Amino acid sequence: MKILKSIVYITLILSVGLLVSCEPSYVDVPNDDEILDGTIEGLSPEELARFLKGDAAFNEVFTRETGLGSTFVSTSCISCHAGDGKGHPFTTLTRFGQIDERGNLFLDQGGPQLQNKALPGFLPEQIPSGATFSKFMPPANTGLGFVQYVTDATILAMADPNDLNGDGISGVPNWVSMPSYIDDTGAVSQGGRYVGRFGKKGAAFNLLHQTVNAYNQDMGITSMYNPIDVYTHEEIDPEIATSKVNDVVFYLKTLKAPVQRNQNDAEVIRGKAVFSQINCAGCHTPQLSTGYSPISGLSFKTFSPYSDLLLHDMGSGLDDGYTEGIAKTYEWKTPPLWGLGLSENSQGGNYFLLHDGRARSIEEAISMHGGEATNSRTAFNNLSQSDKNAVIKFLKSL
Amino acid sequence: MRLTFTHLLAAIPFLFHINAKAQIDPSLLKRIPKDTLKTLNMDAVYTRPALNINKTPIAIGGYLEANWQHLTTDGISEGHQFQARRLSVFMSSAISKRVKFLSEIEFEDGGKEIAVEFASVDVEFHPLVNFRAGIILNPIGSFNQNHDGPKWEFTDRPISATQMLPGTFSNAGAGLFGKKYHKDWMVGYEAYLSGSFDNSIIENTENKTFLPAAKENPERFEEINSGEPLFTGKLAVRNTKIGELGISYMGGIYNKFQEDGIILDKKRRVSVFALDFNTTLPKIKTFITTEFAWIKVDVPSTYTQQFGNKQYGGFIDIVQPVVRQTILGWDNAVLNVACRLEYVDWNVGKFAETGGNIGEDIWSIMPAISFRPTAQTVFRLNYRFQKQRDIFGNPPAITDGFNLGISTYF
Repeated sequence: MKILKSIVYITLILSVGLLVSCEPSYVDVPNDDEILDGTIEGLSPEELARFLKGDAAFNEVFTRETGLGSTFVSTSCISCHAGDGKGHPFTTLTRFGQIDERGNLFLDQGGPQLQNKALPGFLPEQIPSGATFSKFMPPANTGLGFVQYVTDATILAMADPNDLNGDGISGVPNWVSMPSYIDDTGAVSQGGRYVGRFGKKGAAFNLLHQTVNAYNQDMGITSMYNPIDVYTHEEIDPEIATSKVNDVVFYLKTLKAPVQRNQNDAEVIRGKAVFSQINCAGCHTPQLSTGYSPISGLSFKTFSPYSDLLLHDMGSGLDDGYTEGIAKTYEWKTPPLWGLGLSENSQGGNYFLLHDGRARSIEEAISMHGGEATNSRTAFNNLSQSDKNAVIKFLKSL
Repeated sequence: MRLTFTHLLAAIPFLFHINAKAQIDPSLLKRIPKDTLKTLNMDAVYTRPALNINKTPIAIGGYLEANWQHLTTDGISEGHQFQARRLSVFMSSAISKRVKFLSEIEFEDGGKEIAVEFASVDVEFHPLVNFRAGIILNPIGSFNQNHDGPKWEFTDRPISATQMLPGTFSNAGAGLFGKKYHKDWMVGYEAYLSGSFDNSIIENTENKTFLPAAKENPERFEEINSGEPLFTGKLAVRNTKIGELGISYMGGIYNKFQEDGIILDKKRRVSVFALDFNTTLPKIKTFITTEFAWIKVDVPSTYTQQFGNKQYGGFIDIVQPVVRQTILGWDNAVLNVACRLEYVDWNVGKFAETGGNIGEDIWSIMPAISFRPTAQTVFRLNYRFQKQRDIFGNPPAITDGFNLGISTYF
């Protein structure tokens, strides 16, 4: 009983102390460079209101009553993009059924995406026999508006399919089929295909394309844009309002780009220089610019995604035997590196890097680079430990 | 002689000690001071203050809770809030000496939600055998039955008792209760069959296994989703020098496993086990009350781990009276300092994909100062500091802030 009394007194004294000491000092708002959430600059009040509507829709949890499933991967957008950051192996997507530019051969058997979970009373989908597959880690979804408004001409200008500059890097765009609901005004086409820029293989043309697919393939939600139910494969009434889909697209467009931290740190500066020196920047292009955007905050802006938005041969080690668009199975779109240092904050304190999360650290991710990245990987491996540390510190500052 | 069920029923009154007292308090309709030494949590519906209406057998009472609040989450605040959280009205009637009617109607959030939380007819056959039927409060833990705002030093109800267990969870049902005294000891029991949970506990917009979602189903007072009743049972023991310990269980089939004779799914069970304890330390009069609960839900393996199959959590309140005297003209006014510690894990387990722990948990510390000008009225100043992690265990959302409120019986 004496011990109990002591506990009581200590607790009460601490409580009163906390009450008094914390009176005016609420928890501070995190710095802008510590979180991914937040808007681009220059949004009008109307645009801010729409951003908030999109934010709410992005957080909406679907249920059987609101259209979830019957088979699905996640119950909401936020489930895969916690804090607008990278996903977790728990929400990894599995794509199957395409091995080359002929397209997906398993669309009539549930392709291209596996819905590996099911509402009670239903059975989840299985990968059909004979289908190859790949797992896709959900990416961070910040700064995407900037990516959308990079012109096709800018992307095509970075392509070097025949490696004319002899650096061992030969990026190519993914030419993808575009659904009829997307306005292709001003888009460059080649044989009825368009330049893709979203997704691991760059197979989505724009954020509407990406968002409609995510609602349909990730959550089993039909929309006016894609009314095919993933479970029955039949056309059904839209389960989400068109305006809500468009609000989410607006939200994704207007999420700010990740803000670099410690830019003036000497080691970070040195790491950035070494990063360029070993030609990581050959694919992870430090800066891109947007063209015209109806959203003024995205129009003619320069930003730092550390990606060229092109496909590159990443070697046999990363060849899962599955692809999208015209990409080869060993080709992957250069993932933007911005926000890399905040990945742990959305992946449960861990790193799950590369397209499927197989790399558990930045060093391991680098070591798994092959194909066109072999030279850079080798150069990184040959760096002094001090230079390696500087590169890693630079990458973590993004 | 052959022993029949009828004989057993007839023998029940003789099986118990002669000093067993009447369970239904005949002084129900009078204002009586709270006597914590002679009641259990299960008596909460009987120990509410009420007023007689002239000499009619009807008593009426209730309580009101209102507060100001200013909270921030990760430094961002919704600003100042004035909240009329709830107005509860009790009405009771002594139909006869051993037949009583009790009810509680609650208006929450300014009347946005109106619910009959409790409405039962109690019939006493014997102090140990009382029959209760109507809309009952399932006796899981202690808070569910003993939830009146003026009894607590904190404006917010415990997280585990509202966001893990369903707070003020009531259902249409019936059962038996009773208690027995022996010197310093008191033993009570309750056992009911009632309406039950439904599929919403694992299919809801909270994105986690969430038993309180079943409260949103208005049809639960007419129809059991699974067709099988929920059993709730509690055993409580009190020693006047030690305190009261309650052990309770609530379980049943929650899912609609068949419809029109067609089997849709296997029977899936929800089980809740709870321990509660309260005591007043001698001399210093520190009041401690605690409740912890463990939940197990049969979630289909083909569903998503977003909805966990195990949960646990609870709270401990420590209340220390520091001044008890006439203050501002109120006799026996009391000033307390208090603290509530809380923890809930809504998804106990590990990710199948990584083997890492699943997050979805919360802890909170809430120091408080309360002033009771009378036993039935309390002014409360609370500070909350809370950390809540998402399913991946990412850096927690930190909520903190103050609320100042009043809660009073009337």
